[in-house]
Amino acid sequence: MPARDAVTPPPLHRATLDNGLRVVVAPDTGRSAAPVVGVAVYYDVGFRSEPEGRTGFAHLFEHLMFQGSARVGKMEHPRLVQGAGGTMNGSTHPDFTNYFQVVPSNALELTLWLEADRMRSPAVTDENLANQVAVVQNEIRVNVMNRPYGGFPWILLPPVAFDSFANAHNGYGDFSELESSSVADAEDFFRRFYAPGNAVLAIAGDTDPEAALALVLKHFGDIPARRTPKRPSFAEPPLTAARRAEHLDPMATAPAVAIGWRAPDPAKQRQLHLATVVLAELLAEGDASRLIQRLVLRDRSAISVEAYLGTFGDPFEQRDPALLTVTAVHPSAVPVDTVLAAIQDEVDRIARDGVPADELARVHARLRAQLLRQVDQVLARTLQLAMFEQQHGRGELVWELPDLLTAVTPDDVRAAAARLSADSASVLVLQAGAAA
Amino acid sequence: MSPKRSALRSAALPPRPALGPAPKIAVPTVAERTLGSGLRVAAVRRRGVPLVEIRLRVPFAGTAKSHLARSAVLGESFFTGTASHDAQQLAEAIQGLGGSLGASTDADRLAVGGSALAENLRPLLELLASTVTGNTYPADEVAGERDRVAEEVAIARTTPSALADEAVSHRLFGRHPYGRDLPTVTEVAAVTAGSLRTLHAQQVSPVGALLVIVGDVAPTRALDLAAQTFADWTAHARTPVTLPPVPAFVPGGIALVDRPGSVQTSLRVVAPAPPRDDPSYAALSLVNTVFAGYFSSRLVANIREDKGYTYSPHAGIMHADLASYLAVTADVATEVTAPALVETRYEMAKIAAAPVTQDELDAAGRYLVGTLALSTASQAGLASTLARLLDAGFDATWLRSHPAALGRVTVDSAHEAAQRWLAPAAAGTVLVGDAERIRRSVSALDTVDVVQVN
Repeated sequence: MPARDAVTPPPLHRATLDNGLRVVVAPDTGRSAAPVVGVAVYYDVGFRSEPEGRTGFAHLFEHLMFQGSARVGKMEHPRLVQGAGGTMNGSTHPDFTNYFQVVPSNALELTLWLEADRMRSPAVTDENLANQVAVVQNEIRVNVMNRPYGGFPWILLPPVAFDSFANAHNGYGDFSELESSSVADAEDFFRRFYAPGNAVLAIAGDTDPEAALALVLKHFGDIPARRTPKRPSFAEPPLTAARRAEHLDPMATAPAVAIGWRAPDPAKQRQLHLATVVLAELLAEGDASRLIQRLVLRDRSAISVEAYLGTFGDPFEQRDPALLTVTAVHPSAVPVDTVLAAIQDEVDRIARDGVPADELARVHARLRAQLLRQVDQVLARTLQLAMFEQQHGRGELVWELPDLLTAVTPDDVRAAAARLSADSASVLVLQAGAAA
Repeated sequence: MSPKRSALRSAALPPRPALGPAPKIAVPTVAERTLGSGLRVAAVRRRGVPLVEIRLRVPFAGTAKSHLARSAVLGESFFTGTASHDAQQLAEAIQGLGGSLGASTDADRLAVGGSALAENLRPLLELLASTVTGNTYPADEVAGERDRVAEEVAIARTTPSALADEAVSHRLFGRHPYGRDLPTVTEVAAVTAGSLRTLHAQQVSPVGALLVIVGDVAPTRALDLAAQTFADWTAHARTPVTLPPVPAFVPGGIALVDRPGSVQTSLRVVAPAPPRDDPSYAALSLVNTVFAGYFSSRLVANIREDKGYTYSPHAGIMHADLASYLAVTADVATEVTAPALVETRYEMAKIAAAPVTQDELDAAGRYLVGTLALSTASQAGLASTLARLLDAGFDATWLRSHPAALGRVTVDSAHEAAQRWLAPAAAGTVLVGDAERIRRSVSALDTVDVVQVN
């Protein structure tokens, strides 16, 4: 593939501190578009690792990491970052929890100091624990309980598709389990999972890599090493029969359906995994995609269709097992089995007939452009760098991915589609309680 | 986690680093040309990735009652057919450029956003120009889009944030066209392909329109390509529709939209605000940031980080062509609706009554300048920011003059702006929630009108 629209990846600078913290720096090459720098810390623990009886704890703990630390008071972290002209946030995923800032480049050291202080000793108290339980409950109300399609399908589909607690449970958590959480739980969770050796620190943007690494050593270097947890396997045996469940959404006016297929293991079946990423794009990205053409524009059996890998739509951030999910919201007048049959028919058609080269070339062009568009944003670039470094051991994938996906062949896509049979599908039917 | 041990260790730790001088933010160089048709084109070269972003904005106001539904369906139908391409061919052509193109409408304009690999700028512009000059609105495609819009409107009407937006627009603007965001399902169902063709012929005009091109393309080449590809967009040049002025805002009272069974109340406090070129705008931007414009604000400290009433309270200043307004947003647990409203009004009253500190002002200033720089750091961000600015009558130097204006704001001028614009007595309240559970408690605070979202 000619590199007519390739981007030159920056040389990555790496270090591993004595305490095990891995660091990766991606400086802007040439003149920086803006004098800003991204800083992300990824801890290798997500909601799949939280203990039974403590659903939602990984996410609650993410909130607690913003409540101050040994030398940082409550609200001081956001005040210092925003007061320097930056932004910050954190998020909890199945396999990691991240904390990130984008700041003007003069605030790099301050940001590292803040991240180091909470990696060393967050300050959790009964009072701020109770406060953040209430905040998280309001987060769950606004995102799940008080709106139509809340938790569809990310909370509703996993218990159909998986059997183990790790894979099936609700990562937002039960209210009663959140309420019964204690400071001791937080101390235990921190001790087990937040060791420096269980984290990756990524810095990207307007920075000098040598100076940045020196600052990292200065602020993180004396955080004591702790035992790091063994990465668990969440593997489950493959499905031997189709599964189906129903959920009544009292606020939905139109019914919906989600189909989950077990996705290829990104570590062991890399080419098949990449092909499945291309397949998802081919199925439901843009008006030219197969499912949108067929269901939304031609048959009009659906109002919207989506297809993606991974719980939150990033195909690379999740280890095995993960799902390829196809969702459709459809008119009440169309039976759900008509929608399911049309989706399966389109998948089967790809498995049977393959994909014409010109169609695949268009899909490649769009994928490539969308990936480059992400790379252009300093925050997205920082997050992807940390994620690829931690989950795949190769931060360079941020820049290599366009070519890797472009190398996916029609046969690869066909093989990816052939795995998606009706009898290995998990189906969640959302009934519209507010249908006219 | 274990205070004793870390207290012992912290003596040897490096102290909190001081901030060095803030880096200078470069203001982009904008090349501009106004075509004979009236279309204004602006281009900026921004390297980084080999992509290009385009934004087209066309005046699109309307006074007819049917305008809202028609413009919503027109936006969705914008890429469904031209003389040479049917819907599928258009979609495939866009995909093949590594591109995306989407249209949407609001009370002021039709906005098209798109991107593609930079080498495909010419075909991307050709495609967009072919829709602007030659959309056919095939009846069957329009019927499909119309039915989808109707389903989406029905979904929005059970979604609290959309209901609250609708109630806020009505509270601020009443029967003015700005007073509605959501058409009714019935209005959408009445839209025909013929009515879209008429609307397009009357209003998709280069007069007053703006095209912004940002990316890895030489600006003169971008301007030349725009001039070539949009050369035919002249035939139906007409003067844009002008809306009547917005009605005077009458403060006070609570407009309550009943949403039975709601486990939260969508709380909104709204008030008029000055436009971006008003002398008090910079001061209000700052003092609003201190009040509730960012996470480090007083309102977040109070109703989230102290009381846990809500997840993400926020206040922002919004601009339409004929009006600017301030909206405070908080989705609060139903049982704390009244106390959350009390605290929100308390924080407004407090900032209106007593000046903020110099430290609060400085932090808010650095935040606004820093996030403005961030918003223009990517090609996509720069294209969107520039399109909004140019369309509102500013130029790229606003990216320098606004930070300078923020820097001139004093504690006193900020206080003056807070007194004028943030006083609870100057605002109105909208609540979307379970009326049976909240009405009595909020009635103790203000007069309550139960209103319908039409």
